[in-house]
Amino acid sequence: MVQLSLSISPLQNDCCRFGVEGLEFLINGPYSFVLKEEECVGLSGRSGIGKTQLLRAMTDLIPYTGQLFLDGVCSTVFNAPAWRSRVTMIPAEPLWWYNNVGDHFQAMVHAESFKEKLGAVGFSEDVLQWQVSRLSTGEKQRLALIRGLCNTPSVVLLDEPCSSLDSYHTTLVEAFISEYLHRNRASVLWVSHDPEQLQRMTDRELCMEKTVLVEKNR
Amino acid sequence: MDVIALSVLDLGIAAIFVCALSLVSLFLSLGLEWKILIFSCRMTAQLLFIGVVLRYLFADSSLIMVVFMSMIMLFAAGREVLARQNIRLKGVIGYVIGTGAMFISSFSVSFLALLVIIGVDPWYTPQYAIPLLGMLLGNTMTGVSLALDRLTDQFHKERFIVEQRLLLGQTWQEASSDIRKDSMRTGMVPIINSMAAAGLVSIPGMMTGQILGGTPPIEAVKYQILIMFLIASGTGFGVISAIWMAGFHLFDKRHRLCLEYLTVAKTAKR
Repeated sequence: MVQLSLSISPLQNDCCRFGVEGLEFLINGPYSFVLKEEECVGLSGRSGIGKTQLLRAMTDLIPYTGQLFLDGVCSTVFNAPAWRSRVTMIPAEPLWWYNNVGDHFQAMVHAESFKEKLGAVGFSEDVLQWQVSRLSTGEKQRLALIRGLCNTPSVVLLDEPCSSLDSYHTTLVEAFISEYLHRNRASVLWVSHDPEQLQRMTDRELCMEKTVLVEKNR
Repeated sequence: MDVIALSVLDLGIAAIFVCALSLVSLFLSLGLEWKILIFSCRMTAQLLFIGVVLRYLFADSSLIMVVFMSMIMLFAAGREVLARQNIRLKGVIGYVIGTGAMFISSFSVSFLALLVIIGVDPWYTPQYAIPLLGMLLGNTMTGVSLALDRLTDQFHKERFIVEQRLLLGQTWQEASSDIRKDSMRTGMVPIINSMAAAGLVSIPGMMTGQILGGTPPIEAVKYQILIMFLIASGTGFGVISAIWMAGFHLFDKRHRLCLEYLTVAKTAKR
């Protein structure tokens, strides 16, 4: 039976986008769960439990044991940059390394849809000429969302994507993410401390403990 | 023209200047007074020692002795490179990277210069090989230690930016390119600056020595130009290979930045 489950992954089910099996990192885990295609799953848990680290492990940025699958293919088959372009984490406090906003978007500035995307989260095109040092925390967060999605990842890991946004921009970002999810048949894991937002945006919700993820009843 | 031999008294008078500097440092509380004295004494002892060693080496120019001598110089340079870094690569590898980079560049450049350019016979004649290697190692050491210090310091400070770039699907080469380029520049700037100032502002040490020793200026200048070219290329290749190796070492196969390979030194010479 063990042999069988190794050779033919049980996650090779056509609606399963992303699978996690016995994932352990630092002192957390083992966790096992799946994200289905076009599914948005909420992740909550008290501060410091390791939600961000879970996302980092899922993008292969920190060492872990266990297995990760994307469309039934194990993460070790991909080289790490390719994996991170498909399973992308957007951190709560995104960082920028050039002086100009536009320099971070060189690869996609000419794409037709780019202006549209900027507009969708409340920017006009001249934001590209802005200095990064002039941006507010909320502006950085919204721009980071666009930057993170420029590789069109199939799995998006959002770490409190609206933590620095006012209610108007929160609505914009929520709409933008749902639109992305449906258009690309992507899966989203959404970390938030706002129960109402998770209720509103996600299909189901997982609550993180040190050793297990508990499916929340709602 | 004969060389005017220096007496112990002459050197003693020059040493008074250093003692005066040490006193001033004490009054200004720079905290350097002991360092100035200790390293002055150390320098004197080292040079006297090498003087004696060279006398024996020149008398008996065997390949084994030259290789042995150059290895000692190389390992001393490797130790210096490590000692000048605030944040170091942990374990033997930190030493191996610095020493290896200097070995690759200094030794190959001096070997080629001795064999092809100067064409001295035999190629390992200590009167040529040891001073040439010494000049190259000294300068490469400065470049490599500056570059590595910059690299580890930047990775330590900007690790989150590197991780952010990795998160966006960049390879480790892309994510660290700015830091690596910056470190390479830091390592090469001193030699480029000294090429710019050579002859205009500064009369390089080797040329000074030759002219004081009675060599016609034009001959001294030709040797100095050769040395400058060798130093510049040796330093440049040394810096590039050190940064390349260190970068390779600091990322694992899954393109993760492994800062656990770095350790903060309690005391670092600057």
